[in-house]
Amino acid sequence: MAIVARDVLKRYGDTAALGGVSLEVGDGELVGLLGPNGAGKSTLTKIACGLVRPTSGGVEVGGYPAGSRRARADLGYLAELFRFPGWMTAEELLVLHQRLAGSGGGSGERTELLELVGLVDAASRRVEEMSKGMQQRLGIAQALVGGPRLLLLDEPTSALDPAGRGIVRNLLAELRNRGHSVLLNSHLLSEVERVCDRVAILNEGRLVTQGRPEELAKPRGVEIEVDGGTRLYEGATREEVPRIVAELVAAGERVYGARVLASTLEETYLEAVQGRTG
Amino acid sequence: MTDAGAVATIIGYALRESVRRRVFLVVLVLTVGFLALYGVGTYFAFRDVQSFVPPDENVLDPTAFTGATLFGLAMFAILFLGSVVAIFLTLGVVRGDAEAGLLQPIVVRPIGRRTILIARLAGAAAVAAGYVVAVYLLALAITAAVGGWVPDHVVGPALGLALAVTTIAAISLLASVFMSATAQGIAVFMVFGTGLIAGLLSEIGRALDSDPLHTIARVATWLFPFDALYQASLHALISDTSGLTGVVLQLGPFGGSEAAGPLLVLWAIAYAILIAGGAALAFSRQDL
Repeated sequence: MAIVARDVLKRYGDTAALGGVSLEVGDGELVGLLGPNGAGKSTLTKIACGLVRPTSGGVEVGGYPAGSRRARADLGYLAELFRFPGWMTAEELLVLHQRLAGSGGGSGERTELLELVGLVDAASRRVEEMSKGMQQRLGIAQALVGGPRLLLLDEPTSALDPAGRGIVRNLLAELRNRGHSVLLNSHLLSEVERVCDRVAILNEGRLVTQGRPEELAKPRGVEIEVDGGTRLYEGATREEVPRIVAELVAAGERVYGARVLASTLEETYLEAVQGRTG
Repeated sequence: MTDAGAVATIIGYALRESVRRRVFLVVLVLTVGFLALYGVGTYFAFRDVQSFVPPDENVLDPTAFTGATLFGLAMFAILFLGSVVAIFLTLGVVRGDAEAGLLQPIVVRPIGRRTILIARLAGAAAVAAGYVVAVYLLALAITAAVGGWVPDHVVGPALGLALAVTTIAAISLLASVFMSATAQGIAVFMVFGTGLIAGLLSEIGRALDSDPLHTIARVATWLFPFDALYQASLHALISDTSGLTGVVLQLGPFGGSEAAGPLLVLWAIAYAILIAGGAALAFSRQDL
């Protein structure tokens, strides 16, 4: 397992940021962590990479206690609120992190990472001369230095335009193909739905639901198009469609089409967080 | 990567950050200004002292008196400037950088928090100590060239100042764990001032033979060893000067000087290690 979190509780004074969360991220799995602001997503991510200590419970990363040297050696992290020294160029920043990560990838690794995030032409540009979106992509490249088995990305697309999001989406798919595990915090449900193997939804410090996106999509019923318009059979499932159609035909109705309805991830999410927006 | 390699990387990163913040430019300008003024002041002081005719030239040495007095005052300026360097180089190392989002990408790397802190202290202490030794030697060269006077001991006072600014760097590093950059800077300068005031109280206590002031001075010496090191460095400048010159110097600005006890240097080293250890412990338990 890339991450195993067991009953993780984190309190800040009287406020419980996490109220006993258990979550696993498998090897090579891409898990999306959803939830409104203040749900505890960033806190859980920070505990996994050793920036925050849990009040109780424990997190293991690659089989080692979160925050230990061995655990940190195998992860890459992009914080939600991060800054790189403005005077550094993209190349210099990656050199710094190569040294700190003990990566022997040299210039080949740096070029590959900058190509991955679409910044190969900005290698000698200073961070302070980059847009926020470019800095965010550079942050992803920084997180990938040393080829970590696990990536913890906290809102990696928040400052990106649609083209930038496309780059990150393709990058995440590529990482999964290479066997990296990824825990992705995001508000962008469509992004999560498109790239993640599994989704976990946090609300008020608790894990309220998790599963594959298609599993989280609950059946809402079946829509049948007949002469008089569209009839909705609430709660009906795909398996019931032949029976419903046969009954309608037997009753003399002309059936033009049938559609199985399922809730979207957004609807599941809003139901899980009870409409909280943070 | 070895810990030594990580330490070197962090030191290089910190020093480049300091260059960007123009710390060294500010220090360079201040230092050039100080040395220029010191050179001019020394020139006129030694020139004017030639007209001073002591009652007995064999008893009071005007060159030693002038050189020691000026150089003693220069020592204070050097300690102050060295403290500025030490504080600037450790400003915002933990809390300040964490609030800015600069620290987190580095802390999650395998090198670890303790190594980061050790590297930042080692870099700041090395630069600040090197700086005070360099300025000390330049001021000494000016004094020797202009007035022909050199202190009784050259190396000891320089090392005393170097150790003093190292303890200040450690204090500043500890403060950076708990305070944002601005609060840290203010707090450490106040600690620095408090240490100097404690030294003055000690001087007053000796003059008045006041037990309470003596006690305060002793406690302050343990709490702020940088001031005790400064006093010991001052004392070493004239420790071999005897006769009326020695007595007159003790009545002047050297009244605040005091010979180092056998444990002072050991205590100052242990103090810096303890403070840095405390900073590392607090940092290791801090949520970022």
